[in-house]
Amino acid sequence: MADLNTLTIAGARDALRKGETTARALTEACLGAIEGAGALNAFVHHTPDIALAQADAADARLKTGDAPAMCGIPLGIKDLFCTKGVPTQAASAMLAGFRPEYESTITRQLFDAGAVMLGKLNMDEFAMGSSNETSVYGDAINPWQAAGRKMTPGGSSGGSAAAVAADLCLAATGTDTGGSIRQPAAFTGITGIKPTYGRCSRWGVVAFASSLDQAGPMTKDVRDAAIMLQAMAGHDPKDSTSAKLAVPDFEAMLTGDIRGKRIGIPREYRMDGMPAEIERLWAEGADMLRGAGAEVVDISLPHTKYALPVYYVIAPAEASSNLARYDGVRYGHRATLAAGDGITEMYEKTRAEGFGPQVQLRVMMGTYVLSAGFYDAYYNRARKVRSLIKRDFDDVFADGIDAILTPATPSAAFGLGDMASADPVQMYLNDVFTVTVNLAGLPAIALPAGLDAQGMPLGLQLIGRPWEEGDLLNIAHSLEASAGFVSKPAKWW
Amino acid sequence: MSIDTETARRVAKLARIRVEEDKLPALAAEFNAMLGFIEQLREVNVDGVEPMTSVTPQRLPRRADVVTDGGIQDQILANAPDAREGFFAVPKMVE
Repeated sequence: MADLNTLTIAGARDALRKGETTARALTEACLGAIEGAGALNAFVHHTPDIALAQADAADARLKTGDAPAMCGIPLGIKDLFCTKGVPTQAASAMLAGFRPEYESTITRQLFDAGAVMLGKLNMDEFAMGSSNETSVYGDAINPWQAAGRKMTPGGSSGGSAAAVAADLCLAATGTDTGGSIRQPAAFTGITGIKPTYGRCSRWGVVAFASSLDQAGPMTKDVRDAAIMLQAMAGHDPKDSTSAKLAVPDFEAMLTGDIRGKRIGIPREYRMDGMPAEIERLWAEGADMLRGAGAEVVDISLPHTKYALPVYYVIAPAEASSNLARYDGVRYGHRATLAAGDGITEMYEKTRAEGFGPQVQLRVMMGTYVLSAGFYDAYYNRARKVRSLIKRDFDDVFADGIDAILTPATPSAAFGLGDMASADPVQMYLNDVFTVTVNLAGLPAIALPAGLDAQGMPLGLQLIGRPWEEGDLLNIAHSLEASAGFVSKPAKWW
Repeated sequence: MSIDTETARRVAKLARIRVEEDKLPALAAEFNAMLGFIEQLREVNVDGVEPMTSVTPQRLPRRADVVTDGGIQDQILANAPDAREGFFAVPKMVE
């Protein structure tokens, strides 16, 4: 058998059920891989004792012959998920030392299904970033290199992406507010799905922008995404926006038959200055879907260009409200105060010390667009344009489109530090193809489809109808089979 | 619309984030870069468009107004930077 840490979830599940390996052996293989991969800075809190205890419990359960698909599967958990008794910092100095007294619904569901937690994964601070360069833990590093240069794994789920791509775990949890699962998945040659808003509970996930945040799996292939999403999804009374809908058997829906499906190609996603190889990959993707029997049609989503500016009103506005909770009183950092400092100085110094520059900027920007006199001009206008962006999608789905094919990102992964002198808007453009999906609450998946001239992975994105993750995964499964992406990064770490 | 140093100072105050005086001009410049980007929303015709409140059409659920948990004072205080005698402790607020 291949090195156990390189297995997929499906491969490991089948081997476990046949008794060909054990959860303990899988877990030890991953722990060994993690130990040798400090250079990637993907795992930032290690929980080997928990992992081995969970693995032994999973092995006992497997022996009874009644074990769910995720039983015994070693995972990495993004640092945004509250894990009981285990440091949970959202990659921020603000939450240094914070150990939740409770378990997020998603990690609880995964652990109830028998999954194993190897540790917590690096990310951008409070999930605000597209390169994992705003983390208090330092940069996570992409296992893929271009000409020996250190590249970003993307963000905000950069540690999750790097860990899965480097086979440090079988899969990882991610979260996606504007593209934070799909962009890093594309940058590291792995698969990531953002489910429909409301499919996965947000309870116990450190909040960034509550109307946009959704958790999802980051995996080595589409089948694994189906298996893991199944375990993460479902109604949760503790999240009032969680949908009271049954979760279908996603893996059973991977028939590979997409004959007659109508795939839309949105003309507004053809951007000036887009690299030719991404343009080519996109066209090849459309050809593959056509070859599998789908009908490919040109569509229009006319408000696409306004998605990023809408996002950069709504996300900071919600962040400024959500992050008001970090006041140095109930949990997290509190600044050392000078003699005579009152409660206002405590708030101001605590938040200046605890939040990094990007988080401060977004919180203040959000404060501004919500402030008296600007609320209508910015926040309310953005919410109206958001309605129009969603209406664009409603219209094409009403016309019988089953899924929409786009590039996942406007470029391959860039070098760490390359964007340091760019203004924030340049960095935000990374999310130009992904952010529309969050604004409209839709499911979308990024999957690897090729390499650029420098040997860096490139991804395609499929956007689905609301609640139709099963159909979306099936179309992605067909595209995955046609693309035949099997490259792995050469090990340098 | 352009943000000056005075506005940047006011926003920082509203957000309860201490920004040193010499950092305010750079902050104002960053705000202006973002606002310049957002300005393009002005060209969209939004007449008669409802602002989005929920991306999915579902109604927020209601439940009976009853206590469903409690008795977890120790857990609630466990992560507090300063907890004393069962309370969160903060600097003196009133003389």
